[in-house]
Amino acid sequence: MTTLEEVQTRVHVPLVQPRLPRQAPAVVGVIAVAFGALLLVLGLGIVGAVILGAVAYLIALPVWSLVIEGRRGATDRLMTGLIWTSFGIAVVPLVSLIWRVVSKGAGRIDGTFLSYSFFKTQIDQPVGVYHAIIGTLLVTLGAAIISVPVGVMAAIYLIEYGKGNKLAKAITFLVDVMTGIPSIVAGLFAFALFTLIFGPAYVSGVGGSVALSLLMIPIVVRATEEMLMLVPDDLREASYALGTPKWKTIVRIVLPTALGGILTGITLATSRVIGETAPLLLIAGATDRTNMNVFDGAMTTLPVLIYGQNLRGDAPAEAIAWGAAFILIVIVMVLNLAARIVGKIFAPKKG
Amino acid sequence: MAKSIDVSDVNIYYGDFLAVEGVNMTIRAGAVTAFIGPSGCGKSTFLRSLNRMHEVIPGARVEGKIVVDGQDLYEPGVDPVAVRRQVGMVFQRPNPFPTMSIYDNVLAGLRLNAGKMKKSAADDIVEKSLRGANLWNEVKERLNKPGMGLSGGQQQRLCIARAIAVEPQILLMDEPCSALDPISTSAIEDLIHELKDEFTIVIVTHNMQQAARVSDDTGFFNLKATGEPGHLVEFNPTKKMFANPDDPSTEAYISGRFG
Repeated sequence: MTTLEEVQTRVHVPLVQPRLPRQAPAVVGVIAVAFGALLLVLGLGIVGAVILGAVAYLIALPVWSLVIEGRRGATDRLMTGLIWTSFGIAVVPLVSLIWRVVSKGAGRIDGTFLSYSFFKTQIDQPVGVYHAIIGTLLVTLGAAIISVPVGVMAAIYLIEYGKGNKLAKAITFLVDVMTGIPSIVAGLFAFALFTLIFGPAYVSGVGGSVALSLLMIPIVVRATEEMLMLVPDDLREASYALGTPKWKTIVRIVLPTALGGILTGITLATSRVIGETAPLLLIAGATDRTNMNVFDGAMTTLPVLIYGQNLRGDAPAEAIAWGAAFILIVIVMVLNLAARIVGKIFAPKKG
Repeated sequence: MAKSIDVSDVNIYYGDFLAVEGVNMTIRAGAVTAFIGPSGCGKSTFLRSLNRMHEVIPGARVEGKIVVDGQDLYEPGVDPVAVRRQVGMVFQRPNPFPTMSIYDNVLAGLRLNAGKMKKSAADDIVEKSLRGANLWNEVKERLNKPGMGLSGGQQQRLCIARAIAVEPQILLMDEPCSALDPISTSAIEDLIHELKDEFTIVIVTHNMQQAARVSDDTGFFNLKATGEPGHLVEFNPTKKMFANPDDPSTEAYISGRFG
């Protein structure tokens, strides 16, 4: 039996529920910041003040909400707060790193820094990182020339031909393992390979390229695989139905459709390896001169130069290291922007 | 140019699973043949086996004979690519190539397979195919725009233009109107009427009125029971099929009393 009151309460379900004012998070936020500032004045460190301020916000707003809005509202406020906090934690190191590199490095950049190498023909000649910029570009270009065909074709095999057979599964597994090999191991591999072929004490830029390509190939394979999987089977079938052989379908239909994404993946893989230090120390060596020949003699890259300057530790060397770090970040940023533009240009068009 | 298809004792498998069993029929040249039947009864599977698209799916295979122009499509040594050049196909969902313009979409089959051609010849083929697909007047001003920018019905007619540009003998259509609105559907049905002078057309449809409107012959596919393979219940001229079918289950299906 249901009583009359029960029926009435069920019939009238209120849709309007008490809510905190719209400015509530902002108000609590201001109070939390003030609380943090107070702690700072009282002598707590900046890190402690920020953490306690955040904790105060994460406690105060849900509690206030619990009183007025009830459980669901309080949970919502708490989770929203946690997500924003995590976002802050993720962004802070990034921003601080870029800020530091720009503020310390940008000032060192000038014409001489970009156009002179470390090699001095006169005692008062200025130094620059030209040789390392050239080294970085050539070694990375070499790595890309090796990795892109191998990686893209491996991905084509895995998606278009292998589809789930044992060999494809084994390759996929090995590619995953390769993604995780430490870069120093890649360097040792290249070192051992070139020592076996050319004898001991061999250093060259191409050795560095081989080491980097070992790190780059699995990323290229993975990215290309993902993009090829996104190409709808409808398009492959449409092409087959026109009497197009499989290889032509792949080259003329599947690859162009996925091209934007593949290029983005390749660029990201390049940015990933451009900052490698350890393998290049082993096989590409370091030099003060500008070396344009990747097949002969040591080549310095920007990360190796930064490492070397940091080891010296005096003030001019440190300034050079910051400047080189700044250039490296600019190169990576330009690569990423180029990838986005190229991806936009090649993306399938609508309308 | 149109050719007839003789089908005898065809069984179609996915791996060990028998999907369609014991199909016998003769598809007349220069006529429209419709396949109807409930979902999962194997009519699309059978249609795909007519140009060897079926075997794109790993493990799929066909037993029996499908003879076009005196040649068995499934004889050893027959190149599926050569078969598909003779037997074109239009799919359920419009699938123009997203990287290509309208112009390039129409020419895709020829460009991919026949190599280079003169600009004037290419222009002629594009115009002829688009006129053939009743799309020319709508797109002639914007041939270099992407094919994906057209409406669904226009995209489907673009796909038909693409299929007829390679001048196949037979055109297969797998529910070509099921993703389209009534106006586009009507445009495509009119088109089918015009195309049947030049091509043998086989169409799968879920829409019985459509089968009655466009086809000369109709095949009714059904499952014997759930989990059993699909089979051809009845194959007759459409007029007889819809007025006085031989099989009681056909009548039940057509009149909506199915079960």
